[in-house]
Amino acid sequence: MLTEPDAVPRAHDTGSPPLAIEARGLVKRFDRTLAVDGVDISVPEGAIYGILGPNGAGKTTTLRMLLGIIDPDEGVRRVFGHERPHEIARWIGYLPEERGLYPSMKCDEAIGFMGALRGLPVEEGRRRGRELLEGHGLGHAVDKQIRQLSKGMAQTVQLLGTLVHKPRLVVLDEPFSGLDAINQGKLEGLIREMAEAGTTVIFSTHVIHHAERLCDDVAIIAGGKVPYAGSVDVARDRIPAQVRLETANGEGEWRGALPDNARHDKKAHGGHFWYFPVPDSGIEVLLKRLIDGGAGILSLSIERAGLHDAFVEIAGEAAARALDEDAAGEIA
Amino acid sequence: MADASRLPLWRAAMVIARRDFRAILFSKAFLFFLLGPIFFGAISVMAGTLGAKAAESADPPRLAVVLSEEEGAAFAAAHARLEDAVSLPEFAVVGGDEPREADRLLSDTSRNFGAVLTGTLEAPELSGTEERIDRWRGQVALLAAEARGGPSAELPEVALKPTATSVATIRSAQTATATGAITLLFLLTMLLAGMVLSNLVEEKANKIIEILAAAIPMDAVFYGKLFAMLGVSFVGIAVWGGIAGTILWLGSSALGPVPTPAVGWPLFVVLFVTYFATAYLLIGSVFLTIGSMAPTVRDVQTLSMPATILQLAVFFLATYALSDAGSPVELFAVIFPVSSPYAMVARAAQSPVLWTHLAAIAWQLLWVGIFVKVGSGLFRKLVMKSGAGGKAKKAWFGIGRTAKG
Repeated sequence: MLTEPDAVPRAHDTGSPPLAIEARGLVKRFDRTLAVDGVDISVPEGAIYGILGPNGAGKTTTLRMLLGIIDPDEGVRRVFGHERPHEIARWIGYLPEERGLYPSMKCDEAIGFMGALRGLPVEEGRRRGRELLEGHGLGHAVDKQIRQLSKGMAQTVQLLGTLVHKPRLVVLDEPFSGLDAINQGKLEGLIREMAEAGTTVIFSTHVIHHAERLCDDVAIIAGGKVPYAGSVDVARDRIPAQVRLETANGEGEWRGALPDNARHDKKAHGGHFWYFPVPDSGIEVLLKRLIDGGAGILSLSIERAGLHDAFVEIAGEAAARALDEDAAGEIA
Repeated sequence: MADASRLPLWRAAMVIARRDFRAILFSKAFLFFLLGPIFFGAISVMAGTLGAKAAESADPPRLAVVLSEEEGAAFAAAHARLEDAVSLPEFAVVGGDEPREADRLLSDTSRNFGAVLTGTLEAPELSGTEERIDRWRGQVALLAAEARGGPSAELPEVALKPTATSVATIRSAQTATATGAITLLFLLTMLLAGMVLSNLVEEKANKIIEILAAAIPMDAVFYGKLFAMLGVSFVGIAVWGGIAGTILWLGSSALGPVPTPAVGWPLFVVLFVTYFATAYLLIGSVFLTIGSMAPTVRDVQTLSMPATILQLAVFFLATYALSDAGSPVELFAVIFPVSSPYAMVARAAQSPVLWTHLAAIAWQLLWVGIFVKVGSGLFRKLVMKSGAGGKAKKAWFGIGRTAKG
């Protein structure tokens, strides 16, 4: 459904992977409150990039600075090489955290209006709007006023309005917030579709699963700082992979093969679970000793750390707890 | 390279204006809006009548007495005896060395004569506009009788010589036109500009303002809102004007001649519309700024009273100044941006000089630009929280230069 974004010439070509967004040392204060404290992020073109953190961490403020809605007190931001995001406003689509549409507008008018704000002729915007609505199962709502739509439908209309001018960069602030599971799944699909079409997507979220499922790179933000910005894989690799071993026996010589810090869980049906980091000697050596020692292996797997574990490791338990509470609050 | 920058100011403003204009025009509330002039017209007529009376009492037309020296003295003495008991017109005895023709006296702009008394006390003749001499004939007869022999003397027959017009009539009519124009301008702006106060509330309430701020300059949002409301006002005025014009046309024979403003009717209408637009944009930009700072609809409602008082102050200033063209107060009213359109529309009614209007319109538009710039800047800084502080700004630019270098 989505088409290629309008071609964008590179502001500079250094030979390194081109960046859609580059921010260095962004600082923003509101009165005496330090909302963002030295944020550095780099978003490669065509990537799906997540800004992950609890509410109040500085996600929205960072995005607003990147979009030029507010100016940073310190630091520089470049969007497609431009220090003033307004210079490339027509390449950007933005879905703010708190959704906003004029209730009296019809769906295609609303999409056309949002396109017109980004330089698209109104009639062309409405035409594309009707196509997008058809393509996303809202063909029946073309002539309906926004006030007649359900919340999920209205959010979809606004998202389509964000995309109608075929932006090169799409910025979504908490896009999954307020959507039910079905619409969240649809939105994830749409984001992947956009990225496949070459659009850079940056979104903020406090729900780790969305970032983990969608993102190539993430910035973890807490207390206005970004302690980690980079690939999701690298973040997860900061925590060693865990061996999950299930044995029939709980005791025996083979126990000597397990590291001292192995965690033991005895199951009600008699099985035993053991969790420990992958030993330096390798998994094959371990496996041989367990078999030779008569451990009675029922299952063995190596589990890679999740992004949540990485978040706890990087941002600390307090931030992780806040993140979990935000996510739980939304589900509730 | 395709143009990627955000929309130019005026194009962006037109996107906003188009949306707002259509939203208002196609709303049910617009019908109620069109009912406004019923009250409007009544207040306008009352205020215009009061204004004309006030203008006349401030500089009342006088009776020119062109009699022999003895009769002139007797007329003056009779006036002195009766003026406490009876309402009499002011008069001036025309000396023997001055022009004595009624036409010349009536057209002397420096003396504001409403009628001329000639002939003798026994057979007085009264020249002037029909309405004026008809009103004064009784008082003139009374004065002539008193001058001839006191209360017992017989009232002479006053011969009436109606003329087309007189300076006093023209001045009085133009003052009435000026007062009426100011009143109408005031009522239109008061009724219509007040709506601008709450114009950004919708955008702030449903967070559309974030989308607008990310896409287009905030000045454009302000201009767009003002243009939309101005357009809506013009639609309303066209409807009301059409109805009023039809009524006037149907009743034109009963109404008699309408006082012509100094610049003539066609140009006066053009100037009135132009000054309405500038008055609307000026007061609207101030209101829009005030309204944009208000966090809730309730606050906007609270702010509407001081806003109306501001408009009233401007109206009184302009009305006070119109009877004294060229005075410091009138010049202040002309220069002070918010009262300038009112003072200038009064000038259009009273003075045929045109270049001042071009200068005034340019001046007023300049202030619209200043008000919008300041208003949108305040909105960005205080509501959108987008300003960077002084020291911080220096640091930002410093880092920016370093990064560029």
